[in-house]
Amino acid sequence: MASVTMTVNGKSVTADVDPRTLLAQFVREHLRLTGTHVGCDTSQCGACVVHVDGKAVKACTMLAVQADGCEVLTIEGLADGAELHPMQAAFREHHGLQCGYCTPGMIMTAVDMVNRLGSDLDEATIRHELEGNICRCTGYHNIVRAVETGAKAMTGASARQAAE
Amino acid sequence: MTGTGIGAPVRRKEDQRFITGKGRYTDDLTRPGQAHAYFVRSPHAHAEIVKIDKAAAEAMPGVLAVLTGDDLAADNIGGLICGWMIHSKDGTPMKAGAHPALAQGKVRYVGDHVAVVVAETLAQARDAAEAVEVDYKLLPAIAETAKARSSKVVVHDVAPDNTVYEWHLGDKDATEAAFKKAKHVTSLDITNNRLIPNPIETRAAIGEYDMGTDTYTLYTTSQNPHVARLVLSAFIGIAPENKLRVIAPDVGGGFGSKIFIYAEETVCVWASKKVGRPVRWNSDRTEAFLSDAHGRDHVTRAQLALDDSGKILGLRVHTIANLGAYLSTFSSSVPTYLYAPLLSGQYDIPAIYAEVDGVYTNTAPVDAYRGAGRPEATFVVERLVEVAARELGMDPAKFRKKNYIKRFPHQTPVIMNYDVGDYGASLEKALEMADYKGFNKRKRESAKKGKLRGIGFSSYIEACGIAPSQAVGSLGAGVGLWESAEVRVNPTGSVEVLTGSHSHGQGHETTFAQLVCERLGVDINQVNIVHGDTDKVQFGMGTYGSRSGAVGMSAITRAIDKVIEKGKKVAAYAMEASEKDIEFADGKFSVAGTDKSMAFGEIALQAYIAHKFSGQDLEPGLKEGAFYDPTNFTFPAGMHICEVEIDPDTGVTTIERFTAVDDFGVVINPMIVEGQVHGGIAQGVGQALLENAVYDESGQLVTASYMDYAMPRADDLPSFDVGMTVTPCPSNPLGIKGCGEAGAIAAPPAVINAITNAVGHEDVPMPATPRAVWHAIHKAKAPMAAE
Ligand code: FES
Ligand code: FES
Repeated sequence: MASVTMTVNGKSVTADVDPRTLLAQFVREHLRLTGTHVGCDTSQCGACVVHVDGKAVKACTMLAVQADGCEVLTIEGLADGAELHPMQAAFREHHGLQCGYCTPGMIMTAVDMVNRLGSDLDEATIRHELEGNICRCTGYHNIVRAVETGAKAMTGASARQAAE
Repeated sequence: MTGTGIGAPVRRKEDQRFITGKGRYTDDLTRPGQAHAYFVRSPHAHAEIVKIDKAAAEAMPGVLAVLTGDDLAADNIGGLICGWMIHSKDGTPMKAGAHPALAQGKVRYVGDHVAVVVAETLAQARDAAEAVEVDYKLLPAIAETAKARSSKVVVHDVAPDNTVYEWHLGDKDATEAAFKKAKHVTSLDITNNRLIPNPIETRAAIGEYDMGTDTYTLYTTSQNPHVARLVLSAFIGIAPENKLRVIAPDVGGGFGSKIFIYAEETVCVWASKKVGRPVRWNSDRTEAFLSDAHGRDHVTRAQLALDDSGKILGLRVHTIANLGAYLSTFSSSVPTYLYAPLLSGQYDIPAIYAEVDGVYTNTAPVDAYRGAGRPEATFVVERLVEVAARELGMDPAKFRKKNYIKRFPHQTPVIMNYDVGDYGASLEKALEMADYKGFNKRKRESAKKGKLRGIGFSSYIEACGIAPSQAVGSLGAGVGLWESAEVRVNPTGSVEVLTGSHSHGQGHETTFAQLVCERLGVDINQVNIVHGDTDKVQFGMGTYGSRSGAVGMSAITRAIDKVIEKGKKVAAYAMEASEKDIEFADGKFSVAGTDKSMAFGEIALQAYIAHKFSGQDLEPGLKEGAFYDPTNFTFPAGMHICEVEIDPDTGVTTIERFTAVDDFGVVINPMIVEGQVHGGIAQGVGQALLENAVYDESGQLVTASYMDYAMPRADDLPSFDVGMTVTPCPSNPLGIKGCGEAGAIAAPPAVINAITNAVGHEDVPMPATPRAVWHAIHKAKAPMAAE
């Protein structure tokens, strides 16, 4: 057993885990945050994407012990209380999801994309950046629309925050 | 139309939970005391099991049980079944080999289930599975569709030449006569590549036995939980139906692969009693590749007979369909009754004759995958038609138009009676949207850059709204394909709809609520849709074959009609008027010719307090149910146009434009319908350009991960131009046809027609990978196998 301590969605957590426990397993099974999904075993599908210290990470490809001391953000921690994150709202508005299974990973990837590249994202960039996230339902068309809109709304939201 | 009624692009009610990570999929659930199952699977395509030594595994830490086929047999648990009887030409029934949930005596494909280990943790179960010693005697294997019948390998003793059936449909003599008078014959050899469905949520199951009540609960990733319960109880014999509850909670995509009753959920339910603990299993992706039912896998020779004006006279088709190592739940029907009846396409073809040989191979079972038989039929028809037009020097759009069915109803020579359609309207609209006129200019521009450009059409039709029970019964189906609904109005006027349909991405919580909102005038937030639990919903046939709208919503409509009828009776008492004077509109019951009216919610309350009428004259309460059995299939149809650009140096194909114009009849929520079209096109483009399930000669699946099986990703696809035309369906009360499979059916021939147009000859296989296209361009023989 190995002891890990990390901050998940703003809360400090400590647990003893089997050292081979993946971060995805840790948040799903130990913390019961089941919004982070697992869709493959080869680090290809992106259903498991969370943010670790502000960067998108495939939680199926990182051991929980590697996240020791880190800040982890999962889909459950993205909204500000009852108010959706602008990227979440954009996915709903543009019908960027059907079965919803890829969705948490898509949204976490999209937020990271905007954090890195800013809000002025063209279609080709968005499609290229989504390379590590597979969706079997939507054909990506509406996901692209959602990311375009969510990106714009995110800058709007941060500009408002800065002004306040 | 109100803002949330029929036809409005209402944002989905279910999304709130999915975008906040609060969806509840099977593997998200935990049960007190749960144990974990891990399956020992065959690493060989074909072998005898000489001996299984469980001792070492049983002694491993945390292990609760190691169970094999012998244990299943000892408990009299029956095998998995195929629920659609197909008869061969000579009248003999199909040859169904036994399909035990855990192998008995022999394994028949890589991934076949040999034993299950149940342990305290998943890691312990996996570790112990490694310690189960299986002594195999290897047998030669057959994996290739076209060679199965001539192979010396015998997959099942009941079918010595690996032939499940030799089936046929249509009029052979009339078709031969048509070919005799033909001035031109177009012939094609077609391989419809094998696909793996790959919903992003893998299959999962939790079986739970309650010793106190002697009942079982199965939580599972199912598109049709009631059918799962029926099969598990009546055929497999786990428990009587009233002792088995099946719950399919949020399900992360299905595409057909979650219709079937598989070994794993069967074993989890059975094992939960044996170990006295809930038993859970979650497929990893590799297991999904190995053991989910695959799709397609046809080898076909097809010929079209034409007169000298380009009028189609006849069609003949011979198909070998790979059904895998065992007959999965509905597999037998897919290359037969879901395939050949669609071979008339949108065309007036006087004579058709189709022969289909279903074969066993040492590969995973093959069953329905999005479109199921109809994509294979459409690929045959739309490739033939395109090539015929090219051979005759006719414009492929004009050629199609010339041969379209223009008068309805139209009886085809292959069972189907098309009720309504306007194929020319979809074609014209698609040509316009795709700017067909500007194609030559764009082709010249591509040529200037050294690129090849091509355009391809696909006029598809599908038979949806599956299906009239009597009709499918006469064709061999073991069940009827109606749907049920119950509409429960609460005393406060809020409404629960219990439906036998199941949503795994389709958005039923929204579209079904829109229907209630439209008909009863109830606020959409006052409507809840209940599905996926056999203890709540009485019975249902589930969701596949684009049936939830045309069949499921028709059942809801019938139940709503009954609610209104009952409401009128209550209103008559409440407003002291004659029942025949009560009218219902815009959510209000009113007395004709007066200004007296009561809102729907007020009548609901009156129905439950029952003060205004004696419970003898009229039963209290407001709850009605209906079973709706369709009178015909529905026939969505449309025109998809694909335009590609190809780099001749690399063979890389880029889809420059993809236009889809579909006639789905009446549309409840255009936003959701467009989403279905997008997703279908992506799967169709995936089949045409990327996806291929490849077994090597020894029967090893060489494409068993996302590293080897190319799933369509965001940058493989363009944005799509989607349009609609509407001819309301006359055979159901809402005029709906269904939209779930259109894209997957229409897209593959559109893409391949575009590529063959660009490269200038017809020998381009699916998937048209860069290597295959490069070979096609350079006229070398293109390889059919994995890239
Ligand atoms: S589960 Fe992490 S990439 Fe697929
Ligand atoms: S919405 Fe189902 S996988 Fe993306």
